[in-house]
Amino acid sequence: MQDTLTNEEICKPENMVYHRTALLTEAPLSYCPGCGHGTAHRLIMEVIEEMKMQANTIGVAPVGCSVLAYDFMDIDMQQAAHGRAPAVATGIKRLYPDKFVFTYQGDGDLAAIGTCETIHACNRGENITIFFVNNGIYGMTGGQMAPTTLPGMKTATSPFGRDVETMGHPLKITELIANLPGTYFVTRQSVHTPANVRKAKKAIEKAIQYQKLNKGLNFVEIVSNCNSGWKMTPLESNKWMEENMFPFYPLGDIKVPK
Amino acid sequence: MATVKGRIVVDTERCKGCQLCAPVCKEGTIAMSKNLNSKGYQFATSINDDCTGCINCALVCPDGAITVYRVKLN
Ligand SMILES: Cc1ncc(C[n+]2csc(CCOP(=O)(O)OP(=O)(O)O)c2C)c(N)n1
Ligand code: SF4
Ligand SMILES: [Mg+2]
Repeated sequence: MQDTLTNEEICKPENMVYHRTALLTEAPLSYCPGCGHGTAHRLIMEVIEEMKMQANTIGVAPVGCSVLAYDFMDIDMQQAAHGRAPAVATGIKRLYPDKFVFTYQGDGDLAAIGTCETIHACNRGENITIFFVNNGIYGMTGGQMAPTTLPGMKTATSPFGRDVETMGHPLKITELIANLPGTYFVTRQSVHTPANVRKAKKAIEKAIQYQKLNKGLNFVEIVSNCNSGWKMTPLESNKWMEENMFPFYPLGDIKVPK
Repeated sequence: MATVKGRIVVDTERCKGCQLCAPVCKEGTIAMSKNLNSKGYQFATSINDDCTGCINCALVCPDGAITVYRVKLN
C-alpha cells in the first residue's frame, strides 16, 4: 500500500528533489547558527552550478565574517584587503573579460572602509557583479556600528542606540549607486523565507546573466541578519529584520534594464 | 489522501540547530532532537510522517544540511 512506503523506497537518488550544491565544499561553514551568509553562499553557488560556470567564474572574498568564502565556494577565488574587493575584481575582469567575476561583501566592507572602491567601480560601470550582504553591523569583529546600522539600533559601539545627531544617518548605498550611470541592474533581496529565497535566486541569476551583456555593474543587496551581533536568536533576528530593516531597506528591484 | 510523500534527511553533523526550518514546514514535521551532535547542537529531525517534500526547510537552511526526497503516489 502507498502509505506504507519505507524510508528506503522514498530516499532513492531518483526521488531526490533538493540537495546541497556540489559547488559548496565539504568544509563546515564558519557562520553562526541561522546566519544568512550561508544561504546567500548557497544560492550563488547553485546558480553557478546550474549555469555550468564553475570553471569560468572568479570570485573575490571580502574581510568580514565571509572572509573565508574561498574555503566554502568551490571556484577560483581571490581574497581582497578590507573594502577593496571591487578594485581587485576590476583588475581581474579587465584581464579576463570572458570570465564571470563577482565580489561578495558585507556592509562594513562595502559601505564603510570600501565606500570609495564601491562607488567608483559602480560609476566606471565595471562589468562585474557585486553581492552585498547587509546585516547592519560589523558581525565579525563583535557587533560594532556600521554605516548601515538603523537609527536607535544598539550595537557594541552605540550601546544606547544609534543617535543620528552625533553618529550620522544610515547610508542607503544601494539607492546611491543605482543613481550612477555605470550600474545596469540593482536589486535588494532577502533570504530568510522560502519565497524570498526563490526571489533572491532569480535576482542572482539575472545579475550573472547580465554580466555577459557588458552593460555595466550588476548589484544584488541581500538584507540579512546577524543574530550574534544583534543579540537575538536566529528566529527573533529574522522577525526583527522584517519589522525594522525592511521598512528602511525595502526589498525589490531598484534599477532594472530598460 | 496525500498524493505525494516526502522525506527529509538531515546531515546531523552539519546542522547547527538554528531552528529556521521548523516554522516554514507547513506539516509540522520538523523539531529539534533531544540528542546533541558532536558540536553540542540539537539538530533538526522529523517527528511525523506528513512531509510532502515541498523543500521549504531546505531552502532556508543556511548550512545546506537538509536533503529532500519526494515520490508521487498513484
Ligand atoms: C584594514 C582593516 N580594518 C579593519 C579591520 C577589522 N575588521 C574586520 S571585519 C570588519 C567589519 C566587517 O563587517 P561587515 O563587512 O559588515 O561583515 P559581516 O561580518 O557583518 O558580514 C572590520 C572592521 C580589518 N580586518 N582590516
Ligand atoms: S557574527 Fe553575525 S554575520 Fe557573522 S557569522 Fe555570526 S551571525 Fe553571521
Ligand atoms: Mg555586516
